[in-house]
This record gives sequence, C-alpha cells and structure tokens, in this order.
Amino acid sequence: MLDYESLKLIWWLLVGVLLVGFAVMDGHDMGVGTLLPFVARDDIERRVVINTVGPHWDGNQVWFITGGGALFAAWPLVYATAFSGFYWAMLAVLWALFFRPVGFDYRSKISHPTWRKTWDWGLFIGGAVPPLIFGVAFGNLFQGVPFSFDDHLVSTYSGSFRDLLNPFALLAGVVSTALITFHGAIYLAHRTQGEIQWRALRAAGFFGGLLVLSFAAAGVWLWMGIPGYVIQSTVEAAALPDPLAKTVVREAGAWFANYRRYPLTLGLPVLGFAGVVAAQVLARSGRTLAAFWASALAIAGVIGTAGAALFPFVMPSSVDPRASLTVWDSVSSQLTLNIMLWATLIFMPLIVLYTSWAYRVMGGKVSAAYIRENSHSAY
Amino acid sequence: MVSEQLVDLSRLQFAATALYHFLFVPLTIGMVWLLVIMESVYVMTGKPLYKDMTRFWGKLFGINFALGVTTGITLEFQFGTNWAYYSHYVGDIFGAPLAIEGLMAFFLESTMIGLFFFGWDRLSRRQHLMVTLLMALGTNLSALWILIANGWMQNPVGAEFSYVTMRMELTDFQAVLFNPDAQAKFVHTVSAGYVTGAMFVLSISSWYLLRRRDVEFAKRSFGIAAAFGFASVCSVIVLGDESGYTVGEAQQTKLAAMEAMWETEPAPAAFNLVAIPNEAGMKNDFAIEIPWLMGLIGTRSLDRQIPGIKEIKAKNRVRIVSGIEAVTALDALRRNRDDAAARRSFEAHKADLGFGLLLKKYVSRFDQVTPAIIDKAVNDTVPRVAPMFWSFRLMVALGLAMLLLFGLALWHSVKGDFTDKPRLLRAALYALPMPWIACEVGWFVAEYGRQPWTIYGVLPTHLSVSTLSVDSLYGSLAGFVGFYTVLLVVEMYLMIRFARQGPGSLGTGRYANEAHA
Repeated sequence: MLDYESLKLIWWLLVGVLLVGFAVMDGHDMGVGTLLPFVARDDIERRVVINTVGPHWDGNQVWFITGGGALFAAWPLVYATAFSGFYWAMLAVLWALFFRPVGFDYRSKISHPTWRKTWDWGLFIGGAVPPLIFGVAFGNLFQGVPFSFDDHLVSTYSGSFRDLLNPFALLAGVVSTALITFHGAIYLAHRTQGEIQWRALRAAGFFGGLLVLSFAAAGVWLWMGIPGYVIQSTVEAAALPDPLAKTVVREAGAWFANYRRYPLTLGLPVLGFAGVVAAQVLARSGRTLAAFWASALAIAGVIGTAGAALFPFVMPSSVDPRASLTVWDSVSSQLTLNIMLWATLIFMPLIVLYTSWAYRVMGGKVSAAYIRENSHSAY
Repeated sequence: MVSEQLVDLSRLQFAATALYHFLFVPLTIGMVWLLVIMESVYVMTGKPLYKDMTRFWGKLFGINFALGVTTGITLEFQFGTNWAYYSHYVGDIFGAPLAIEGLMAFFLESTMIGLFFFGWDRLSRRQHLMVTLLMALGTNLSALWILIANGWMQNPVGAEFSYVTMRMELTDFQAVLFNPDAQAKFVHTVSAGYVTGAMFVLSISSWYLLRRRDVEFAKRSFGIAAAFGFASVCSVIVLGDESGYTVGEAQQTKLAAMEAMWETEPAPAAFNLVAIPNEAGMKNDFAIEIPWLMGLIGTRSLDRQIPGIKEIKAKNRVRIVSGIEAVTALDALRRNRDDAAARRSFEAHKADLGFGLLLKKYVSRFDQVTPAIIDKAVNDTVPRVAPMFWSFRLMVALGLAMLLLFGLALWHSVKGDFTDKPRLLRAALYALPMPWIACEVGWFVAEYGRQPWTIYGVLPTHLSVSTLSVDSLYGSLAGFVGFYTVLLVVEMYLMIRFARQGPGSLGTGRYANEAHA
C-alpha cells in the first residue's frame, strides 16, 4: 500500500482528472444542449443536433455520477459539507439534469411541435444550468464558504443561496458556461456539416472570445481583490485527517503562492488560453477532431488553473478558517483511498476503451438524410 | 439537538424519492435479460420476428430507463445534500461501493444502452447481441454494488470507529463485499426485478392476445415471459431475503417485528399467519399460528432459537447504558486525545457507542439522562410492529399469487393452448401492478425495519441528517413532488401510448397500427 501522504496527493489529482473527464465528456453534450435552440432552426435540424450526442449522452453523464461517487468515497467531508451547504444550488443542478434523460429520450417520440419545443428548452436548461452553477460554486470556493464544525464534526452552513450569487462567483459562472458551450460548439462542428456546422463555428467564435475575456478578468480580479487562505501551523500531511487541528489565516495574494513557488504551474493558464485559440484555428481549417482535443486541453488548463491556485485547499471556511477543508484533512482512510485507487486504475482504461469504441461505431457526420431514414429510431 | 421535524421531513423526502426511483429500477433489471433472451433467439434463428420483439420491448424499456436514470441521480445527491453527517460518518465505507458502481457497472450499462438503440445498422448481429449482454451485465452489477452498500447499512461489518477522525473507518473490504446480508439482498432484489420485467411483458402480451392482434408477436413474447417469470418468482421466494435474517442483529430485530414475535419461543418457533399486534401491551390480541414454520424460515433449523422483541429490548437496554459511558469517554477524548482514563473507558464501551448516541434524540448533555429517557430510547430500538407485520404479509401474498399466475402461464404455454384461455390472459393483464406493489412494500420492510438506525447499531437516523432549515426541506420536498408528478404523467402517457400501438410503432410494415410520419 502506498503511504498516506502520496495517496492524499494522488486523490487530489484523480478528483481533478475526474472533473476534467466530466467537463470534456458530459460537457460537450451539455454544450450541445445549450446551443440547440440557437444553431438549429427547424425540427430536422434540431434532430440532427440532438443525434450528434444521442447515443452518448447517457454514458457521458456517468462521469458526473462517478465523480460524485468518487468525491463521496475519497473526500467524504467535502462531499457532505459542500452538498448540504450548497443545498439549493445542488438541487438546481439536479432539477436541471432531470430534463436531460427525458428530453433526449421522449422528445421525438411524439411529433406535436409544442411537445418537441418544450423538450428542446428542457435540453437547453439541462445543458446550461449545471455548468453555470458549478462555476458559481468554484467562484465561492475562492472567497471561502460560511461553514463551521462542532466537536463531533457536525457541519453548519450559515450562508444563503443569494450569498452565492456574488459578482466574482457570477464571473466564474460565465467562465465555466463559456468553456462548456465553446467545447460543445467545437464538438458540434465536428459532427455536423453545412449550415449547422457554420452556425456552430460562429458560436465557437463567440464563446471562445467570451471565455478568453472572462478567464483573464477572473484572474485579474483574483489577483487584485480576493485574499487567499494559508495554513499557518505545520502541515502534517501523513496524519489522520482532522480538519480542526490546524490554524489558517487569510492573506492577500495567497491564491498565487503556488504559482510563485512552482512556476511550472503557470503552464496551466497558458494551456487554457492556448487550447481555446488552437481549437478555433483548427476548427476553422476543417480539422475538427483535433480542434475537439485542443478544446479538451483548454478545459484541463482552466480547471487545472483553479485547482493549482486553491491547493491544498478544497473548500476554505470564511467563518472559521481553521475548519477549512484541505486535501490533507478531509479525506478517507488510507485503506479506502488505496482500494479506490486500484478500482480507478483498473476500470478507467476499460471505460476509455469501450467509450472510444462506441464513438467509433457511431462516428461520422449526422445529416438530415440520416434522420429521415431513421425517423422511428433516432432521437 | 436536531429538530424532530427536520428528521421526519428528511426521511420523508428520502423515502419518497427512493420509492419513486424504485418504480423504474426493477423493470430495468428484469427486462434487460428478456431483451438478451429475445435477441439471442434472433441471432440463433435469424427470424426477424425476434429482432422486432427485441426492438419493440426495447423501446418500452428505454422509456422506463430514462426515468430510472433521472431519479437515480437524486439518490446519489441526497446523501450529501440531506444526510451530511451520515456521509461524513460512514463515507469511508459507504462511498466506495457507490463509486465502484459507477466505474464498473453504470458506465458500462449507459455506454452500451446508446449502442443498443442506435447501433442496429452499424454492428453485426453478434456484436449487437454482445452490446445487449454487456448492458444487462452492467445493470445487474450496478444492483450488486448498491446492495453491497445497502447491506452494510443493515449489517455493518469490516469497519471500526476512530475518535480522531470522528467517523467509521474501513478495516476489511472483503468483509464488506462478502457481507452475507448483501449477498442475500442482491439475489432477492434482482430476482424481484426479473419478476417485474416478466410480468410487464406477460401482461401487455396478454392484452394483445385478448384483442387478437399481433398474435404471433404476442405469443412468443408471452412464452418467454412465462418461463422467465416462473423461474424468477421461484428464486424470489426460495432465495428470499430471509436467508439473511439470522446473520445480524438488525435482521433479527426486523424478523421479530414483522412476525409480531414478542416472546422468545422454544425452537422451532410458530409462525403467525394473521395477528392483531398490541404495541402498548407488547402482545398479540389475536393470532392464528402455524407451529414450527417460523423457526424453519428464520433459522433453517429445528433447534436454533429466534429472539423475541422483549428479549431484544432487554439486551439493548444493557447496551444503551454502556453506550452512555462510550459517549462520555468520546467527549473527553475529543477535548484531550491523551486522556488515558477516557481512552480506557472508551475502548471498553466502544461497541455500544451507537446505542449511547440514541439518547441524543432526547438530551444534549448526558448528565440529563433519566431512567425514563432510557426507557424511551429502549423502546425506539424496535420499529413499530403493525406496519412491519402487515407489509411483510402483503409482499408474501403477492409473491405467492404471482407464483400461481406464472405457474399457470408456463403450464399453458408449454401445452400451447394459452391463446384460448381468456381468463388466464385477463388475470395476467390485471396482475400488472402486482410486482411493483411487492417491490415497494419489500423496500419498506427492509428500510423501515432498520429504524431507528441508518447504520444498524452504529448511527441513529436522527443524527444522520444535514443541519438544514425546516423551510428548505418543505421547499425541496414540494419541488420533488412537483417534478416527479409531471415526469410520471409524461412517462405513463408515453408508455401507454406505445404499448397500445404495439410493434407497429417500429414502422416495419409487418404489424397492426403501423406508425406513420
């Protein structure tokens, strides 16, 4: 068995990998959902757009479910504190996600136009709301979240849903919505042709621009106006996790400490910007698959930027900073982390393997002719 | 102290969303194997009728599956949103099976389901059958991991409490995996799903046969469903959950409650066929007994005793008193980890920590504990008898009725004369709701029967909740009820519409009610 400290670090990386996996895989079909009402004008066009992700959205959504499960297993205290603290935000994500399975599966089973339009907007909500809220949640992590623990580690959250919607958090919401919608647009350009592809490329232009601007603005704002958190006591990385055993202070510029200490991490924001630009250029020159992977790298860059800034914090507490949750003290036992590591190492390659196979089988451009031929079985 | 209203509302919300989710899950678990069987016949014989069967029943499967997915996410969220302390306290053990379920099973199932629906023209016959098979495997493995997690709530093996991290920690993963309780639950639950899938196909096929339409299609479907259903219903009954009832105290408590067994009887105990349980007097006002049967069911032996409710409560009283010491020592240790006396006392009483925590429903400080409060906590340790007693009997009665129905259906399908048996067909049609009622009631017996615990003997339900406001709970509960009502109406509308239209909805030109558009 690996030592506890390494396992804690590996699980910080793995949670990041799962989050990036979720954003790349589920993100592209959420982006497609967000764009659906805008890039497709009539019913056939909309069915084309929906069927680019038709066979895959369900498998992709498991990234989200597995991510939640992994958080539960590896960082139970984070899972418990974040989900209960962000109660209404989590319910909003959940209820938005309700529209997806039924939207995809039920929409084309009835031909009435109102029925279909209703589900189109349902897919829009299911695509746009979750990334927006995740971004808002991340924005709040940087500012600290008002929670505290009693002696038995019962958590109490003393904020409200309205407090979550502060300006910096909303800006972070714009970053993540732009990121996911951009990614969806690039994917759509890869899987469609003609008019729809052209509109998808235009959408990619708009959201790519918005992403670059908002990502840069969030960085500047963080630099200028948002103090970070620092662990003041000695970090005992290998100790049994107890979030109340440390002392923490807020300090201006502390969110940039890791970038100063490990300049290599500056590659992450660079990757974020470069990925967007590369994806744009590649998509416009017709190399849409390469563009998709460039956009996936942009996602890894943006999420990595946030993660590297926060490290070792996961969820700082604004009302009782010593209760802040970090990668060292909000994790599972060494045994559980070890078992979960093995489970991930065994199953993740298999998942990647059969998912790629599924994409290969269903690959190629989705066209209006395909929809007409498969009118009874396609979405 | 946690407000009782918050606890009740949290429980209500979990129960409502879990029971609702469980309207869709059993059908998925069972129907997926019927699809495998139908498609295997297609691949072996090459007859298009079997492909149409796979596709048509697959269509109805898909309508059901969509809601299963939708409502399943709720459950995974809800441990965190509404049961935060539970998630912290046992996440080290409980989280792993949920995560592995995603990695090993749900990914497989959900990726393959896309290929199942859209891959017909892009895969060879054998490849497509393999996809269907993997989808079935994923679905059933998913049930396995969920029931490993649930089995641990009933019989928490392989874990130990740590006062430093203030939670249960995993010590033996194998014990969690091979928990006899989980294994028994898995077999019982998936078999119940198979019965549900079989009943669904049997009933709808009977309806076509009664109307004398799509006869060939319906006949074959009926035959497959009858055989599969009969085998499954035998499995549900024989390999019932009861095989696990002797393994842990939670199950013994449940058994005593659902049998209204107040006293410990000399082995083998009698079975109460019907009874009027009197909660206050701790006796049955009236009972019809079948000698020996209870002992046989409960212990599979003639000489082992089954403890009655009074004996269970007497044992629990001792554990609660010892639990007071455990909680007191824990509080001292939380203040000062080096307090040697507290550590000694804690180690001596640690096994009863959960029982001590039961008192926190009534007092926040343990110097306020009185004998009357201990009495209350002791009474809490056994769930109310009447709901357990009757819901268990309803489940068993439905199981036996379905055994009879599937037995007759199989008999006449072997004889080949079921198309001329309108009474059998009508019975099969009207029996449609039976497996759902049995599944829901079974869920109730298993989970209500575990009260007052979320983790038996370890964590009381009232301590497991998130500290949310009661208003939040009313709001979210209203939201769930609203969403779920609309979703159910939409789902039922589509299901009935496509079931009525029948295989004509495939647009192959071979059936009644051909689809246009």
